[in-house]
Amino acid sequence: MTQQSGTVARADAKRRGGAGLLVLPAALWYVGFLIAPLIVLFVMSLGERSPNGGYAPGLTLEQYANLTSRITPLTNTLGLALLNTVICVIVAFPVAYTLALKVRGGWKLALVALVVVPFWTSFLIRTYAWMTVLGNQGIPRLLSGVGLGEIQLLNTPFAVSLGIVYNYLPLMVLPIYVSLERLDHSFVEASRDLGAGPIATLRQIVLPLAAPGILSGIVLVFIPVMGEYLIPILLGGGKTYFLGNALADLFLQSRNWPFGSALAAVFVAGMIVLVALYLWVSSRLVRSGREASLL
Amino acid sequence: MSGFWAARLERLGERAAWVYTGLVFVFLFLPIVIVVIYSFNAGRNVNQLTGFSTQWYAAAFSDRFVMRALGNSLTIAATTAVLATVMGTASALAMDRLRPRLRRLFEVLTYVAIIVPGIVIGIATLIFLVTAFDWLNPWLAYLGGPNTPELGLGTGSIIAAHTLFTLAIVNVLVRTRMRGMDRTFIEASEDLYATPWRTFWQITLPQLVPAIVAGALLAFTFSFDDFIIAFFTSGQDQTVPIYLFASIRRGVSPQVNAIATVLLSVTILAMVTAGFVYRRGQRRAAPSVASAGDSAVAGVPVAAGAGAAEPTS
Repeated sequence: MTQQSGTVARADAKRRGGAGLLVLPAALWYVGFLIAPLIVLFVMSLGERSPNGGYAPGLTLEQYANLTSRITPLTNTLGLALLNTVICVIVAFPVAYTLALKVRGGWKLALVALVVVPFWTSFLIRTYAWMTVLGNQGIPRLLSGVGLGEIQLLNTPFAVSLGIVYNYLPLMVLPIYVSLERLDHSFVEASRDLGAGPIATLRQIVLPLAAPGILSGIVLVFIPVMGEYLIPILLGGGKTYFLGNALADLFLQSRNWPFGSALAAVFVAGMIVLVALYLWVSSRLVRSGREASLL
Repeated sequence: MSGFWAARLERLGERAAWVYTGLVFVFLFLPIVIVVIYSFNAGRNVNQLTGFSTQWYAAAFSDRFVMRALGNSLTIAATTAVLATVMGTASALAMDRLRPRLRRLFEVLTYVAIIVPGIVIGIATLIFLVTAFDWLNPWLAYLGGPNTPELGLGTGSIIAAHTLFTLAIVNVLVRTRMRGMDRTFIEASEDLYATPWRTFWQITLPQLVPAIVAGALLAFTFSFDDFIIAFFTSGQDQTVPIYLFASIRRGVSPQVNAIATVLLSVTILAMVTAGFVYRRGQRRAAPSVASAGDSAVAGVPVAAGAGAAEPTS
């Protein structure tokens, strides 16, 4: 008996050893190119700036203290990212609703695939495309052709918002679509049969059921928008400043690595808090019978 | 009476929803179509159509810098795809047999690798590698003599960073597929005394091929399209997106449209193939479940989307 269980245990250990060997390369890659870099980032954020740029070892919270002196750009970024995420929700919701509840049969999948196709293509090219459309030879020329006068579109906050909505729309449409897709259409009909108007039905039936999807969309869009670099540069003319632009300047131009590391560390920490918050809220939603889908 | 008006209003609302959705689709595709059209423009002026020509493609393909960037991009994307596919698949296959705590840790790291924004990966890799090289290079010079080449940023560091998050994406795709797999064949094979190795080659692997191929193509495309990670980790080497970015900032030339169109074509071709392979495999695996296609299509883009949140800036 004991001998048998010993054999089993040995076979088990061997199996686990083999499994470990297969997972090892990926695990090493995570350690070498994810954990170690993040640790270096954190250590560097505690250091000082060396006179000729780069990093000088140290153990100080000075960089973090400096962050508070530059709190205005940070809160501006936060506000802009939030605003643009909300615009994304507003633009995406009717699309997701129409796709999930109004389209029938084979068309549905085809249209959903079409929403995703632009997302597969290069981010840089999609943003660049809008430079042509919004540039002085694009829409502004059409507008002045109809006698609307000179209108500047490129290098405005409007162009930045447009670029963000354009690039991140699929990330918002998809999760909302998935949550509405699961919505039982009879709920909507029951609500209507019981005399509720379209708006009451939307507020009391559709929106609560779409909530997990909207939540996922917000998390999926908000985090990368915070770290946005390309759109403000190409469409905003460098006038709107996101966290990504600040980080690129600190690491590539002014070479203030410790301060940049502190900023990046705060970004990562904020992201972790946000995802944790998301998981907490969505687990409560699941408990109340609604499902969430981030990945 | 009020019922009549409510019905009309609702029909109007429905029509408005359709029109709106249609407009959003136009919004999504128009800019890309414009880039493609202008890439075939004869004139030098970027914003005036003056006739059909492929001269900008000829110009792009005879440009030494463009070709070198293209060569770098292809090398990086191909190497990333191979590394990510091998490591992602191997880890996905073996994960379930790990101790639960280790498995959980690996899962968390996989999601972290997917969720961390590209800009953070780029920065962290940059400072980590620069620090590591600063420390290693004197040792190498000491060991190898004065003519030892110095380690530095370049295609290698881009591959390292790209492989990190694409391997996580392959891992998630293959694991998702394994969960949807029919276990009866594996059990039958084991009952018939096939060796585990043979069961793997003849039963498990064929069922996983669609997910593995889709994962490889996704990894290739994400790496090929990525700008922000390469922007931080490329050192002196250029990739196509970095070259494009630099020429856009210098002032738009029609050549940019041609290069962009080539980039678009490669990406869309790879992605359509990935979607096709993945869906075909899904259908073959679960012929009795009619709605399997649904989750397959929703599954690929969402997984892809979550990952693609990454190479963006």
